[in-house]
Amino acid sequence: MTDSLFDKLGGEPAVDVAVDIFYRKVLSDESISHFFDDTDMDEQRAKQKSFLTMVFGGPHEYTGKDMREAHAPLVEKGLDDSHFDAVAGHLQATLDELGVPEDIAGEVMTIAASTRDDVLNR
Amino acid sequence: MATLRFDGGEIPCTGDTTVLDALLEAEQPVAFSCKTGMCLTCLLQATEGSVPEKSQKGVKDTLTAQGYFLPCVCIPEEDLELASPNDADLFSRAVVTGKEMLSPNICRIVMEPATPLYYRAGQFLNLRRDDGLMRSYSLASVPHLDRQLEFHIKRLPRGKMSNWICDELATGDSLDIQGPNGPCFYLPDRKQGNMLLIGNGSGLAPLIGIARDALHTGHAGDIHLYHGSRHVTGTYLHGELLELESEFVNFHYAPCLSRDEPPAGYRAGRAEVTAIADFPDLKDWRVYLCGYPPMVKSARQKSYLAGAAMGDIYADPFDLRDLRTEPRKEE
Repeated sequence: MTDSLFDKLGGEPAVDVAVDIFYRKVLSDESISHFFDDTDMDEQRAKQKSFLTMVFGGPHEYTGKDMREAHAPLVEKGLDDSHFDAVAGHLQATLDELGVPEDIAGEVMTIAASTRDDVLNR
Repeated sequence: MATLRFDGGEIPCTGDTTVLDALLEAEQPVAFSCKTGMCLTCLLQATEGSVPEKSQKGVKDTLTAQGYFLPCVCIPEEDLELASPNDADLFSRAVVTGKEMLSPNICRIVMEPATPLYYRAGQFLNLRRDDGLMRSYSLASVPHLDRQLEFHIKRLPRGKMSNWICDELATGDSLDIQGPNGPCFYLPDRKQGNMLLIGNGSGLAPLIGIARDALHTGHAGDIHLYHGSRHVTGTYLHGELLELESEFVNFHYAPCLSRDEPPAGYRAGRAEVTAIADFPDLKDWRVYLCGYPPMVKSARQKSYLAGAAMGDIYADPFDLRDLRTEPRKEE
């Protein structure tokens, strides 16, 4: 049996480490941080964790519909491709920082890219 | 949609409406204050039907077992039969034994509870006047050091309770007290760890309690307390804190002034900005933030970005009732 992507990345402990690195990058980026001004940090971190679990290939309950509903208010505030690209950049930087090999990081980025249309409600 | 049965009537609660908002829309005379699930002023009992777990967060288990919950953060999933809180479940009496003005706007009151109160330094109580007016105030005292309860009441423009306490409450008067409440207190499990305490205004009250609690129970790590105020007169415990600093080598006090020119011994700038500039790496620190909500929010984010774990940041925003979004109704 071959290891799943989630196992190769280190499973839930890896997500726990990644989420703080990732969320700190997102919060520090002034081009996107204003989208989170009204959100509770605990809830937001929990959401980032679910998102990372999904793109790490882990067990998750996200559906395209959830993605659309969650981001619809942000799209109204102007969320567009440039913001999606910024977040994707922070995800890539997080994977780099964790020393994830290029081929595995590539798989993660492919899953993340597949959410673009749902996130931007297209 | 859920139906709320309260005081003989049936009240619909639809969509994302909270139980509190549904009751207020139906003009029910229910007490409330912060509307964010923090202050516990609006506690009600669900005698039939179950409430979402989230609406019992911060309520102690002897009360949740009886169906007590926070209507201001409860979006009901089923019909509920509601009852006003039973006074004996929540309140006891305390008598005012001392009162003094610490600054032009901050009053210290000392109270003796009728029955011993088990609390942790940094928690808060709700004080209720005999006509029902109720507000939350942090304890400044430490249970194992102080025999009585101490509060620092900041006078707020238009603040009904704070002005009454500052101007009219007298030694010998009694108030109802409810609590202790709140998760912002010292934890003795990491004695070597450093602690950063940031407060503005009367947000100093819980912090001095937490600092004294830690110092007197042998905390070995450094404790840095930043107190922010616009003016020198707002640093209302300057003398006491300097004394504490000379008594404990691991206690460090930094008064920060955001408006007045800082005299010797003071720092210029806002407390949270100064603190994080002094300590840009907060990995493994515990951080306590008390006072004006925008400061607490900003300091929380800054602390997290400086490396503090989310679970190590304890925030106690002093949400004021007068800042809520609806117009004030007469009580």
